[in-house]
Amino acid sequence: MTGNRASARRRFGRGALLALAALVVIGLALASMSVGSMRIPFGEVLGGIFSPSGSINDLILTTVRLPRTLAGLLVGASLAVAGAIMQALTRNPLASPGILGVNAGAALAVVIAVLLLGNPPLATYALFGLVGALLAGALVYALAAAPGVGASSPLRLALAGAVLAAFLGSLTTALLLLDLNTLDQVRFWTAGSLAGRDMELLRLTAPYMLAGLLLSVPLARQLTALSLGDDVARGLGVRSGWIKLVAGLVAVLLAGGSVALAGPIGFVGLVAPHLARFIVGVDYRWIVPLSALLGAALVSLGDVGARLAAKPNEIPVGVLMALIGAPFFIYLARTRMRR
Amino acid sequence: MSAKRQDGNDVWLVVRLRGLSMRLPRRSLPVMAVLLALLATMTVLSVSQGELRIAPFEVVRAVVGLDTGNPDHALVVREFRLPRIVLAMLVGTALALSGAILQGITGNGLAEPGVLGISQGAGLAAVALLTLSPATSGNLLPAVALLGGLGAAALIYLLAWDSGSSPMRLLLVGIGVAAVASALTTYLIVLGGITEVQRALLWLTGSVYGRSWGHVRTMGLWLLVLAPCALLGARALNVLTLGEAPAKALGQRVNFARTGLILVAVALASGAVAMAGAISFVGLVAPHVARRLVGPAHEGLLPVSALFGALLVLVADLIGRTVIAPAQLPVGIVTAVIGAPYLLYLLLRGRSA
Repeated sequence: MTGNRASARRRFGRGALLALAALVVIGLALASMSVGSMRIPFGEVLGGIFSPSGSINDLILTTVRLPRTLAGLLVGASLAVAGAIMQALTRNPLASPGILGVNAGAALAVVIAVLLLGNPPLATYALFGLVGALLAGALVYALAAAPGVGASSPLRLALAGAVLAAFLGSLTTALLLLDLNTLDQVRFWTAGSLAGRDMELLRLTAPYMLAGLLLSVPLARQLTALSLGDDVARGLGVRSGWIKLVAGLVAVLLAGGSVALAGPIGFVGLVAPHLARFIVGVDYRWIVPLSALLGAALVSLGDVGARLAAKPNEIPVGVLMALIGAPFFIYLARTRMRR
Repeated sequence: MSAKRQDGNDVWLVVRLRGLSMRLPRRSLPVMAVLLALLATMTVLSVSQGELRIAPFEVVRAVVGLDTGNPDHALVVREFRLPRIVLAMLVGTALALSGAILQGITGNGLAEPGVLGISQGAGLAAVALLTLSPATSGNLLPAVALLGGLGAAALIYLLAWDSGSSPMRLLLVGIGVAAVASALTTYLIVLGGITEVQRALLWLTGSVYGRSWGHVRTMGLWLLVLAPCALLGARALNVLTLGEAPAKALGQRVNFARTGLILVAVALASGAVAMAGAISFVGLVAPHVARRLVGPAHEGLLPVSALFGALLVLVADLIGRTVIAPAQLPVGIVTAVIGAPYLLYLLLRGRSA
């Protein structure tokens, strides 16, 4: 009885924690709508979105701020969940969405696009990025799943990804070093940014991320089993081959959608799952939603900071987020990793 | 095969020299012999290639100081080509040893010099110098990069220290510090003038272009001190790979050994990065290839990693010099382009032992 009550209390505590994180995310989203080169008061934000009156402020809100804010939330949540899945799948704390090769694939495709087309619009970046990301992700997965010694070992997936990412990254660097113009065009994109993302772009990329996020919810329980090892997972009745395939697919969708929308943003996917783990322990049914919220919060915070820190210029969100998030992450690693 | 003798001499080759003894797994000996032969052949081949083609036989004569009948040969071989080629091998050796040590300590196959922030710290320092003060960068660059790498590693180690050095905490703090350094590097690249940014990118990629005997001497001394330290740590690495509790139970002074080995790994990688820029991938791939060739015992793993690292960077430099001649590709690009397929091939084929 007492054990039951204790676990009920723990569940209540975690639920309250999730609610708190959700509140923080909502607050940051509102701040993201209000802050920028044109300040819009908090009070006008909600009214402006749901019953736009046609004023300049409302126009800014609906065409610029809203899509950008949504993009930040979606990208943050997607990267974080993709990272959580990758860390469970490979059982490696260093795994991140980048290890699927998606960032490297997207970057190579985008650089090729710029090289061929000169100065393409953002939508072309997104399209090429998406195709490159999905191709690279599929290739990593095929390499990891191909028959051979240690075919199912989690290290092989991580290693195949890291190796392919290095390979594609080298090709990208070679192209950039050979063509100064492309380097100049692409360097802001490769830093990762949410500037200028509109509804059109969001409509192009959001379905992949939303599908991935939805699919990750029923996967969470199996991820916990997988993170304990193949034998344990099989003992618990998880069909690990199938689950790994689906989980890998979901991670590729999430990471591919985000890199297409915002460019390669590092750090979130690596760190948000660790933050969540520090807070709620090893159960992926809690880690996945909390990671999503923390990731969304991190990217939103970084994006607000990116607009404020160097007015009237913008710092790429990937840069600022690492500067804000890393010290906090180090602090948690120090205090929570006592053994 | 099945009946091992008491002292295990079917498996190990033991060399005793007065107080010192060293043992090597027997099956690593043919692998090392093949790698050494390949290194010698590729060195001669690499020296012979370039704008002025020199026949391999003439190369050997020029290297040992015999007259080849063409006064240009001695100059081209000894002053232009040999230093960069030797440096390429030394740098490859250092990076590979560093990666092998780090993978052994952390028990994590994704660990490499970049994970401890060495590459990112050195990269940040070098890019800052190149973009913010391009005029003064020439001779200062190696020293500044070295300081950046050592500084980042020291910061990570201090932040991760908590009455002991858990490898997991080390990796996590490393992620954090590396993220800050690479974020700042990205920002400098976004802001900088485009020609400076191109130079910075070239440095971040890693190159041995135009290196002289001075660089070789520095790197050679660095390795002469550190490589034996790494090899002496082989037995401790074997024990540490088992995990903290078994290592302690076996009588290993865990924190002492780990700290010493990390120091060696950091110094090896920082030296390499200072001389040739942040060549990625060698430290990751060489230990994996070595493990697939000779197995996990570090007595064989470390020297085979080192030889493979040297061969990889040497061949990468040869390809980088010749494939789009007269232009050159920096060696750091080619290491991944040729190293990646080889490791993937090994991954897919598996070892048939």
